[in-house]
Amino acid sequence: MHALHRILADHAGLPRVSAGEIVNCRVDVAGINDLYPQTMYSFEEMGGVRVKNPGNVLIFLDHYAPASTIRQAENQKQFRAFAKKHDIPGLMDVNEGVCHQVMADKGWSAPGRVIVVTDSHTTTHGAFGAFSTGVGATDMACILKTGELWFKVPEIVRIRLDGSLRPGVYAKDVILHIIGQVGADFAVYKGVEFTGSLVPQLSVSERMALCNMTTEMGAKATYIQPDEVTFDFLREKGIMGYKVYENGPDTVYCDDLAFEVSGLQPQVAVPFSVDNVRPLADYVGTPVQQAFLGTCTGGRLEDLAAAARVLRGKKIHPDTRMLVVPASQQVLLDAMANGYISDLVTAGCTLVTPGCAACLGTHEGLIAQGEACVSSSNRNFPGRMGHNQGQIYLASPATVAASALMGSLADPTPHFEGGRP
Amino acid sequence: MIKRNFSGRMHVFSDNIDTDQIYPGQYLDVTDHQEMARHAMQGASASFAIDSRPGDIIVAGRNFGCGSSRENAAIALKASGVGCVIARGFARIFYRNAINLGLPLVVCDQALELGKTGDRLSVDLASGAVTNLETGREFAIEPISDYALSILDAGGIKPLMLSREG
Repeated sequence: MHALHRILADHAGLPRVSAGEIVNCRVDVAGINDLYPQTMYSFEEMGGVRVKNPGNVLIFLDHYAPASTIRQAENQKQFRAFAKKHDIPGLMDVNEGVCHQVMADKGWSAPGRVIVVTDSHTTTHGAFGAFSTGVGATDMACILKTGELWFKVPEIVRIRLDGSLRPGVYAKDVILHIIGQVGADFAVYKGVEFTGSLVPQLSVSERMALCNMTTEMGAKATYIQPDEVTFDFLREKGIMGYKVYENGPDTVYCDDLAFEVSGLQPQVAVPFSVDNVRPLADYVGTPVQQAFLGTCTGGRLEDLAAAARVLRGKKIHPDTRMLVVPASQQVLLDAMANGYISDLVTAGCTLVTPGCAACLGTHEGLIAQGEACVSSSNRNFPGRMGHNQGQIYLASPATVAASALMGSLADPTPHFEGGRP
Repeated sequence: MIKRNFSGRMHVFSDNIDTDQIYPGQYLDVTDHQEMARHAMQGASASFAIDSRPGDIIVAGRNFGCGSSRENAAIALKASGVGCVIARGFARIFYRNAINLGLPLVVCDQALELGKTGDRLSVDLASGAVTNLETGREFAIEPISDYALSILDAGGIKPLMLSREG
């Protein structure tokens, strides 16, 4: 069995599972975010009285952090009351940040766990060797009531990544390139495992970016075998009590892809789909009115470090505004301690509080008709960040910063000659 | 039990209709289902919410419902009275959300050849066929899995969960 299958089997109390089988699994970590008050309503409509495992439940007030409308405030108020009523200790209020980063910061993301969040980018925690997947509100209500959820055991695709990245080229470029090659529905219903000589060279932050974006090829879950990089990260945070699974000798893959990344150049996903990927070089010079650095995809400490390296001692282009949104409170604190926030704000960036911010087009930095935004986020759908005819170019955090400097899409690699930050 | 045989007017959409198009982000703080219905498909069609009638059928290409896990997308279609969605394929979270709400999703390889917006379709889940009633052309559909059908037949996951302890 594949490690993901072994995790599911253990959590279903079964000796083995096979792809296609439907199993009922115990859920170790269940996260709800503030877009999903329907979770509470569905729970009640299902006759829910007590939450089965309140200690496993996390509530994240992150998509509307802090509330911009009275409705958002009302919804958040209901979540706070629900947490109190059901003795849920894990209420992450509007000061904490994006769910996936907060989970990594606080040690809920760990190997071998079944992690389910009402957020499509839950594939992120495959970076730690967890089985993690996104669901909607009513599925989450089932977990609140029973502590379990049904899953169809996915087939697994293996993606080998070999070589080393050039300075100024990142995991974000790798995953955009892959999505551009395979398409937005390549991995629908499937698990994706990343292996190959690149993986041990990637930090946890870069692995999270890689796994986060498999959602944009439709994946159900992602997997990277935990290694010393993972264990060092967990040890530093004092995280214990997890189980590391490995692939068995009988592991079967439904598809096997290989990419050599050493020659890869910066990539960009151009409007209006995430699989519409081109070499950045083809679009250099395209004017951008907004640059957006943040989100569960590209708002981590290393991302802010890359941007600070590009912008330190300089000023962004007068026709471009740049939003900096640290993914979490921890990222903000670390970025302040390292001077990145000072570098970025001095360069003319606008600092936004940790959270999802403009990524989903609800608040804090929407774009107007005809405007273009270069973004370290994950989606460039029509209307995703504001007006339906706004244009979103998805790229690495380094590309976002280099473009803000020029006022148009720009290659970040010259800023990184002499090594990675 | 859901009906195995039904008909409705079709509304045609393209490949990769994401949940931001089905239900735009600016309305995500809405909690009333009827109010959600007023924004159904708004990111892909300004007229759908006004023109659609109960029983209408959405027809689309590949990867319908990709993107965000927002249940609002499935709720808005269900509350609009959409009878079913026929597509070449569905994204997985949208699939679960729709089945949980009791909204049938039908996979048809030739979805984009079924006809044009406004044509009437007849769907027969039992025989696995969809027929364009204007042209008389018949197309094969994939059977809905037994597990999904059991949820649909119960009227969604909520009635099934009512009997569970908790």
